[in-house]
Amino acid sequence: MALLETRGLTAHYGDFQALFGVDIHLDEGETVAIIGANGAGKTTLMRSITGVLRGEPEQIRHNGTGIGHLMPDMIMKRGIVMVPEGRRLFPSLTVEENLLIGGQHKGGRDLGDRIDSILSRFTGGPDPMEVVSGNDGTGVWTLDTVYDLFPILKERRHTPSTALSGGQQQMVAIGRALMSNPSVLLCDEISLGLAPVIIRDIYAALPRIRAGGTSVVVVEQDIGQALKVADRVYCMMEGRVTLEGRPDEISRDDVHAAYFGAPA
Amino acid sequence: MIWIETIVQGVLLGGLYALFAAGLSLVFGIMRLVNLAHGDLIVMGAYLILVVVSVSGLNPFFAALVAAPFMFTVGWILQRAVLNRTLGEDILPPLLVTFGLSVVIQNTLLEGFTADSQRLSMGPLETASVNVGPITMGTLPILTFGSAIVVILVLNWIFYRTAIGRAFRATSDDPVTASLMGIRPDRVFATAMGLALVVVTIAALYLGTRSNFDPYVGPARLIYAFEAVIIGGLGSLWGTLAGGIIIGVAQTLGAAINPEWQILAGHVAFLIVLLVRPRGLFPRAFD
Ligand SMILES: Nc1ncnc2c1ncn2[C@@H]1O[C@H](COP(=O)(O)OP(=O)(O)O)[C@@H](O)[C@H]1O
Ligand SMILES: [Mg+2]
Repeated sequence: MALLETRGLTAHYGDFQALFGVDIHLDEGETVAIIGANGAGKTTLMRSITGVLRGEPEQIRHNGTGIGHLMPDMIMKRGIVMVPEGRRLFPSLTVEENLLIGGQHKGGRDLGDRIDSILSRFTGGPDPMEVVSGNDGTGVWTLDTVYDLFPILKERRHTPSTALSGGQQQMVAIGRALMSNPSVLLCDEISLGLAPVIIRDIYAALPRIRAGGTSVVVVEQDIGQALKVADRVYCMMEGRVTLEGRPDEISRDDVHAAYFGAPA
Repeated sequence: MIWIETIVQGVLLGGLYALFAAGLSLVFGIMRLVNLAHGDLIVMGAYLILVVVSVSGLNPFFAALVAAPFMFTVGWILQRAVLNRTLGEDILPPLLVTFGLSVVIQNTLLEGFTADSQRLSMGPLETASVNVGPITMGTLPILTFGSAIVVILVLNWIFYRTAIGRAFRATSDDPVTASLMGIRPDRVFATAMGLALVVVTIAALYLGTRSNFDPYVGPARLIYAFEAVIIGGLGSLWGTLAGGIIIGVAQTLGAAINPEWQILAGHVAFLIVLLVRPRGLFPRAFD
C-alpha cells in the first residue's frame, strides 16, 4: 500500500478543468519529483492533496484511507504538510513564531477538534478526531533541530519574517512545515527565484529531512535539480501525467517530449 | 483649574469609549468584520448583568464575572453559526447581517425587558470621588479607565505572547496558509468573537453603572466606538484608547463651553483627525 496515492484525480477552477485524471503515488521513504512547465497543473495537484481544493474521498488515499474530501487542517494533522509555492510566510510573525505555528496544531487532538467531533454527530461531515487518529506529531523536529538544520534562522529568530532574504525565507517555510514532524512533505518550487548556491544549500537539507522519517515530494521546473534528488520522477503537462520513471531509466528525449509535448 | 479638571474628566471618559471600542477593534483586526451589532451586544451584556444581579443579589462586578463566560459562548456560537458564513471578498454581507442582528437584539430586549430605562446600581461607589491635589475625580470613572488599560494590556499579551494570539495573527495575515498549518480559521474567528464578547461584558458593566440604558441605546454608543477605532488606526488597541481619549476630551471641553456642544465637539474632533491623518494615528504597518 502506498503512503500517498491519487487515483483519477480531477480538479477545477470554476468551469476551467486543471487536472484530468492524475495518478501518482508515493511510497514510504521515497523522494518523488514532479516536473512540468509553467501551468502544467503541479501546484493544483499540491492544492488538491492538501485539501485547499476538495473532491471525492477516494481520489486521494493516505495509508489506504480516502482523504480527498478533507479540510486542509485535517490533512495537515494526518501528517501531510506543504511548503507552499511562494513560501507564504506570515508577515506579522517573527521567524521563530512562524516556526512555532507550524508545530502548534500538529497531530494530536486540540479542544476545537473535540468540540467539532461532537458537532459532527449532528451535522454529518467527517469526525476530526477519527480523521486525525494515528499521528501525534512527535518526532525529531523541534525548534532546536530546525535551528540546527538552518543555523542562520537561530541568529535571526526575532526578526520579522519579511526582513529575510529569499533563501532564508525558504528555510523558514521548510522549517515551519517540519515542525509538525510530517510523514509526507510536499515542496512546491522551493528553488524558484533563488541563486544556485542558495538552492544548493536548501537541497543539502533534504537527506536529513528524509532521515527524520519523512517522505518527500518536490515540485520543480528545474529538471536537473529534480533528477538529481529524486528516486522517481513524474512529468506533467496540461493537467495530465505524461511520463513516469526512475531518473536513470528515462532519457533526455523522453523528458523533453513529456515536458513540451513534442519530440526533440 | 476648572479646565484641567474638564480635561481629566474627558480622558477618563475616553477610557469608557475605549472599552466600548476594544472588542470592535479586536474583531476588525483579526477578521476584517465590521460588527454593526457591537453596541447592541454591549446593551445585551448590561441586561444579562442586570438579570444576574436581580436573581443572585450579587454586586454587579461579580455578576459580570458570571456573565462573561456566557457571553463568550454566545460570541463563539454566533460566529460559528452565522457570521463565518458572511466573511469573504465581499464586505457587504457582514454589514447587512450584523445590521439585522442589531435589530433582532433590540427587539428581543424590548420584548423581554420593555422600553423602560434601567441601571446597574453600585451603591455608594456611584458618587464616590478621589481628590488628587486640587482636582476631584469620580472613583467610577477612574475604575473605568483602569479597566480599559487592563483590558488592552491583557488583549495585547494574548495577541503577542500566546499560541492562540499567534494563530489570530497568522489567520489574519493569510487564512489559506494558516489552514495548511492545521489552523481552522472558522474556529479561530469563533474564539476571537468569544473574547470580544468578554470585553463587551466589561464594557456593559460600566455602561450600565455610569448611565441609564434601554434596548435602543446600542447604536448611539457604537458611533463613539467606531470613531475611537478609526481615529486610533484600524486594529491598534492603544490607538483605540488614544482615539477614545480624543473624543472624550473634545466632548467634555465642548460641554464646558456650551452644554449643547458636547456631542458635536466629539464628532468635529473625529473629522479633524480624519482630515489630518486619514489612516488614523497608529495605522498597522501592512494591510
Ligand atoms: N486560482 C486559479 N483560478 C483559475 N485558474 C487557475 C488558478 N490557479 C491555476 N489556474 C490554472 O490552472 C492551470 C494549472 O496551474 P498550476 O497548477 O498553477 O500550474 P503549475 O503549478 O504547474 O505552474 C493553469 O492553466 C492555470 O492558469
Ligand atoms: Mg506552480
